[in-house]
Amino acid sequence: MKELNESELKKIAYNCRKATFLIEKQQIGQITQREKIELKIHLAGCSICVTFMQQSAVINQMARKLFTAGYTELKLDDGFKEQLQKRINTQLEKN
Amino acid sequence: MLTKDPEIETIDNDAVNPRMWVSMYADYLYTYASFRINNEDLARDLVQETFLAALERKEKFEGRSTEKTWLTAILKNKIVDVYRSRSTGPAKGADAINADDTDFFDSNDGHWNDQHRPAELGIEQSDALENKEFQKILKACMKKLPALWFSVFSMKHIDDETTEMICRELKLTSSNFWVIIHRTKVNLRSCLQKNWI
Repeated sequence: MKELNESELKKIAYNCRKATFLIEKQQIGQITQREKIELKIHLAGCSICVTFMQQSAVINQMARKLFTAGYTELKLDDGFKEQLQKRINTQLEKN
Repeated sequence: MLTKDPEIETIDNDAVNPRMWVSMYADYLYTYASFRINNEDLARDLVQETFLAALERKEKFEGRSTEKTWLTAILKNKIVDVYRSRSTGPAKGADAINADDTDFFDSNDGHWNDQHRPAELGIEQSDALENKEFQKILKACMKKLPALWFSVFSMKHIDDETTEMICRELKLTSSNFWVIIHRTKVNLRSCLQKNWI
């Protein structure tokens, strides 16, 4: 792998858009060795993106937990349910 | 497995009891659908369609899965149909992908713009998972996402589908997929911060 030159290093060190993109990609997929190094360099100097990374992981966990049925259950209204069961029963009797 | 045709799912006829379906599964399926399509009226319609479709195929159910799993599989396919119609409508997908993110990052150097720069929110440790207020804000922020972004986020983070499957079902290129994943998260995080402080 070629060495990163100074201007490339500078680009990485300051580019939060690129860093957060790599953070997201790494959380659910693969990033290349080079990208891993770039990200490491960026995070070493950017506490803001470190915070982003932690919060991003919490958001993923919370979304999964919140939206797993069983955690919270919504209720259909009784009138709708009654109509629906009637419709099913009618259909059953036809067969 | 979304790609599997639920009709192939086989069942023991004795295991099917449609007269109990609504009382046993309607709320569960409704919750499942509501969380994934972000629209309660549509979720209600899908529950109804699921039962009616299941009724037509009940002879094919042979009991290799539970009734609940079988019904959920049928519903899941209907949800993907909704996602697909949302993502392939005229320019909907393209709009979302081309949406400018210079709002979040400086267009020259890619640095965070002031109003979106992450600050510590006290949620960095996972005990935030139990915080009801925070959960409420996250839900509200998710509701504001463009439909395609919501579909991608939900398939990836709630249902843990593979990237290949999501791209195939929603007709996205892999690079568009990653752009959406990134923008969705930056957007959600910023929304959380704005509403939490």
